[in-house]
Amino acid sequence: MTSRTRSGGTAFQQVSKAGEGHFARAFRRLLRKRLAVICMVVLVVVYGAGIFAAWIAPHDYNAQDYTAIRKPPSTEHWAGTDFTGRDVFTRVLWGVQNTFILTAVAILTGGLVIGVTLGLVSGYFGGRTDSVIMRLGEAFASFPDILLVIILAATLRPRIIDGVRWIEDHTALDGLINSGIPDYIVISLALVAFGWVGMARLVRGQVLVLRTTQYVDAAKAIGASTRRILFAHLLPNAISPIIVTVSMGMGSLALTEIFLSWLGLGIQPPRPSLGVMLRDAGSLSALRETPWLLLAPGLAALLLVLCWNLLGDALNDVLNPRTR
Amino acid sequence: MWIYIARRVLWLPFALLAVSIVTFTLGIYGPGDPVTVMLGNKYNEEAATRLRRELGLDRPFFVQYGDYMWGFVRGDFGDSLRFRDRPVRSLIGAKMWVSARLSLAALIVSYSLGLPLGFWLAHRQGRWEDPTIVAIAVFLMSIPVMISIPFMLWAFCLQLHWVPCSGWGGFFDVRIVLPAVTMGIPGVAGLARLVRASTLDVLGQDFIRTARAKGLSEWRVSSHHVFQNAMIPIVTIVAFSIAGLIGGAFITETIFGIPGVGQFAVDSIFNRDYPVIMTITLLGAGAFVIANLLADVTYALVDPRIRYR
Repeated sequence: MTSRTRSGGTAFQQVSKAGEGHFARAFRRLLRKRLAVICMVVLVVVYGAGIFAAWIAPHDYNAQDYTAIRKPPSTEHWAGTDFTGRDVFTRVLWGVQNTFILTAVAILTGGLVIGVTLGLVSGYFGGRTDSVIMRLGEAFASFPDILLVIILAATLRPRIIDGVRWIEDHTALDGLINSGIPDYIVISLALVAFGWVGMARLVRGQVLVLRTTQYVDAAKAIGASTRRILFAHLLPNAISPIIVTVSMGMGSLALTEIFLSWLGLGIQPPRPSLGVMLRDAGSLSALRETPWLLLAPGLAALLLVLCWNLLGDALNDVLNPRTR
Repeated sequence: MWIYIARRVLWLPFALLAVSIVTFTLGIYGPGDPVTVMLGNKYNEEAATRLRRELGLDRPFFVQYGDYMWGFVRGDFGDSLRFRDRPVRSLIGAKMWVSARLSLAALIVSYSLGLPLGFWLAHRQGRWEDPTIVAIAVFLMSIPVMISIPFMLWAFCLQLHWVPCSGWGGFFDVRIVLPAVTMGIPGVAGLARLVRASTLDVLGQDFIRTARAKGLSEWRVSSHHVFQNAMIPIVTIVAFSIAGLIGGAFITETIFGIPGVGQFAVDSIFNRDYPVIMTITLLGAGAFVIANLLADVTYALVDPRIRYR
């Protein structure tokens, strides 16, 4: 190889080293914020408990203990038992796992893959591409989020169940419906549909500023491909606000998933979900007779939403150059 | 500026069109072929064709859509599937009035507490009250209504017996207090943060220093120079705070047994009553689009500094 590419390579390494410097500095500043550290620990513990529910949970999530129906917390059942004698603590762990899977899928596909790509393309190419993508985004943003999610989840569910049943009938795959796959598909689709708009707008705004900078001109001049400019030059420089948005978005996506399940549009009973548990625990008669049912699912949901919001705030402080 | 307002107003029909096409397509075709669903196991080709003709489902998509929307703008929202042959309109009218009064009460709670709190916090920047109360605000904002409502109900009704537990008695009934407060509190926190930020922004401006330098009283500076300018960005979030109430209303009305649109929507979702879900989505989205437009136009009118493309 010629010396030119080699020097280009070292230049790139220096840039990425400087980038690491930025994030290392930001991370150090983040570790100095007590609240942010507490939140990170809480998130790791709560999600960890959910992810490893199969190993941690003391009971089976559908096992009914007929000797302990509607019992308050005890050493045997840490968070009490519900109206059919199921262990609430176990069901909360599995509910957190469902929430985690769904929010992670929604943020990865809707926020990061679709949102970031459309934002990059929209901002960089401008013109008609930009108009089409942004008008589409505006149409989605015309809906109050929650109504769009509800109508998508409500109307698509029968279709998706039919589709999954067709797959079961025509392939060797079996038990897809019982495993709850249709619920996952319905909720992910509904969450992704409104999840991409905010991210696309944010990235577009960043790219509009960045594409006029000299290093983009320089990259074009040495003949870098469009994809390389988009993903190697523009994306790394727009990454800070993306991180903040993801952190904030995780909280609101978790909340939306819980809300959908609360409405009966998300995870279907008897599979465990925080939304269904909160609905069962929140009625007047349940509050009168079994108030402890609210405790464990309420605490888990509250911690998830609260910690993502606080962490997002802290990340905004340390990553946003204007507040430094 | 007038060009900007004209552009926003011209965009309105397109936004409504997009919203209604999405809703209509999902509502009619989302759940599967309505004829198959209606006939159930009595399904055969002949009956299906006949029913399809009777219902007008054999017509082209846009004819059906136009028909539905023409009915919609004249107040004909179709028939509810669950309440056989009752038009959605007769079911929904009274419920909308209930929800409107509840939302107004919640907005009053949000704004009467949020605006002064944020304004006061901005003047306390750098003292201990500021970070403490901002942290509390984030905490309050982050409590999901499906947790805060049962908790408030448990505390104030079942334990303390301060208020009746559920029901609806109109705007001037004591039973509106708890739902209005639970729906309004997240808004208090959000507004306080926003007002704090915009007030801080104004406090740093040169014209505030000028006002002080020419010897105006601190009260006059606060009320005439700071407050009026700090309120401008608030205009834009009125529409969003109304939209935010929609999700809250679903849960609040259901738990408190308030006969509003929110409770009706939740019931309809459980009963798979698609005409009702479509109507509520369209009305809600329409109101949101119009409220957004009004907010943007007001913003353009009250803040002459803003330059529009």
